[in-house]
Amino acid sequence: MENRNTKIAVLSGKGGTGKTLVSVNLASVALRSVYIDCDVEEPNGHLFFKPEVNFKRDIYVKMPFINESLCTGCRKCVDFCRFNALAFTKNKPLVFKQVCHSCGGCVLLCPKKAITEKEKMIGKVQKGISGNVTVITGILNTGEASGIPIIKRLLDKDMSDERSPVFIDCPPGSACIVMESIKNADYCILVAEPTIFGVHNLNMVYDLVRLFNKPYGVVLNKCLDGENPAERFCIDKNISILGRIPFDNELGTMNSDAKIAVRENKRYRELFESILEKVMKEVQHETTADPKR
Amino acid sequence: MKQLLILSGKGGTGKTTIASAFIRLSDAKVYADCDVDAPNLHLVMTQNMEPKHTDYYGMPKAHIDADKCVGCGLCKDNCRFDAISDEQGYLIDLFACEGCGVCEAVCPAGAVTMIPAVAGALTLYADNNRVFSTAQLKMGNGTSGMLVTEVKEHMKATAAHDAKLAVIDGSPGIGCPVIASLCGVDMVLIVAEPSISGISDMERIIKTSETFKTKIGLCINKYDTNLKNTQTIEDYCLTKGLSFTGRIPFDPEAVKAINNGQTIVDIDCPSGSAVREVFSSTMDLLFHESEDSKA
Repeated sequence: MENRNTKIAVLSGKGGTGKTLVSVNLASVALRSVYIDCDVEEPNGHLFFKPEVNFKRDIYVKMPFINESLCTGCRKCVDFCRFNALAFTKNKPLVFKQVCHSCGGCVLLCPKKAITEKEKMIGKVQKGISGNVTVITGILNTGEASGIPIIKRLLDKDMSDERSPVFIDCPPGSACIVMESIKNADYCILVAEPTIFGVHNLNMVYDLVRLFNKPYGVVLNKCLDGENPAERFCIDKNISILGRIPFDNELGTMNSDAKIAVRENKRYRELFESILEKVMKEVQHETTADPKR
Repeated sequence: MKQLLILSGKGGTGKTTIASAFIRLSDAKVYADCDVDAPNLHLVMTQNMEPKHTDYYGMPKAHIDADKCVGCGLCKDNCRFDAISDEQGYLIDLFACEGCGVCEAVCPAGAVTMIPAVAGALTLYADNNRVFSTAQLKMGNGTSGMLVTEVKEHMKATAAHDAKLAVIDGSPGIGCPVIASLCGVDMVLIVAEPSISGISDMERIIKTSETFKTKIGLCINKYDTNLKNTQTIEDYCLTKGLSFTGRIPFDPEAVKAINNGQTIVDIDCPSGSAVREVFSSTMDLLFHESEDSKA
């Protein structure tokens, strides 16, 4: 299991299918691992791990600041900004921080050098230890629109131990924040639930991982007896099924109380060990099949 | 027309299940799905109407003309999004490009142009009686907030003048699509889930909603899966003075209804009966509570 630097992203499209359940428990059954919570809007992994935090850093983005004594009201900055983050009122530009993308264009274009940049804090990253797991979390401040700068920092090489497998707990959806989270992953685990919503959104992330040419497999969560539309989807598309997590009250209660199932219960430890083994086998297969990875 | 937005912070707590039940119960003439990253409402709100599709243009994408490029590297040096590589001439990574236009502005050779790019599709179902506005963002795109705003604008522009209620299904999280969906709505109904994760996410979405000074109601879905946490949420509502609109039990029948393309009020089931009560207290709050009691 000592795969150097192997990065495994866990995603689902739909929210609430069990991304955090899967990534937290897989990280916990590995000998030594890193868990990174990229769902910076609603981070939950740290609630399970309750890590002893030993590193904290605020994350800043650059915001334009207009020196009104230098500004001549030429409007170049306002006309340039494609995000409509600068408006022209009372003959002076006014910055709307909410929609500014920190591209720096206004600073570059101002002929009077009247625009400088100031740092604005949008959230933080923190790192801590929980048993065998290094836990890395990013938290976006409420009211902020984009967590991308935080996700970028979370996935910086210097954040995680060099030698452990890394589990990346992704945000829901298939937009830019998910793409950023899986960009450098070696393998993707898609978590699916047995509803038509689950299948519809599984289909989206299935397209996403293929678009980025990532090897992938599916974990079926909340499995009940009877027809499972997500399983049907996997069989039809010939997608590797890494494991099946049954729907049961015991697991549901542990999970809702933010307990790590594999640390509480032998049956779940064995289940997640078998999923991890299968994932690692697929990762190894992929790395030998494609030496570039 | 009063606009009711359904949010949750955490994903999978039952926003779409509850939104679809509300649409059925109110016989809503106007509704929208603002979860443009992963829309699902159309799967249960089967439409007899012909959809009208419109391309959605997000931000443009930069293009470098290799013949004009002089290889100075100014574009790459000034790009804040690491969207320009110089491995085989200067090339734009279309997924990383946010369309700011800095590269076009700094290029001394006029080699960069900004090209409009389709970033998703808007779909509008409408007839004389009903309007349903939804959209799908293209994978990996970054302008979901703008698309959400367009979904709502399509909805409002097409709605009949005498429509009383619009039900809007929101997206998980607290970031740009959620903020865009919150703009201008009359009330937010938060669907909470009795788990430690659900409570943490609920507190963050409440904080986010409060900055918009919107009326807030809260209900608990799958309340019986953890009664202790359900109590914690109800206590939290009391302490914060939030309007509590009811509890819905965990119900395997709900999954069956959804998988058959039905809402939970189309069949006789425990979650369906409970959601009727949540619906009626939510409507009281939306229509009858005086304006000055806004949080």
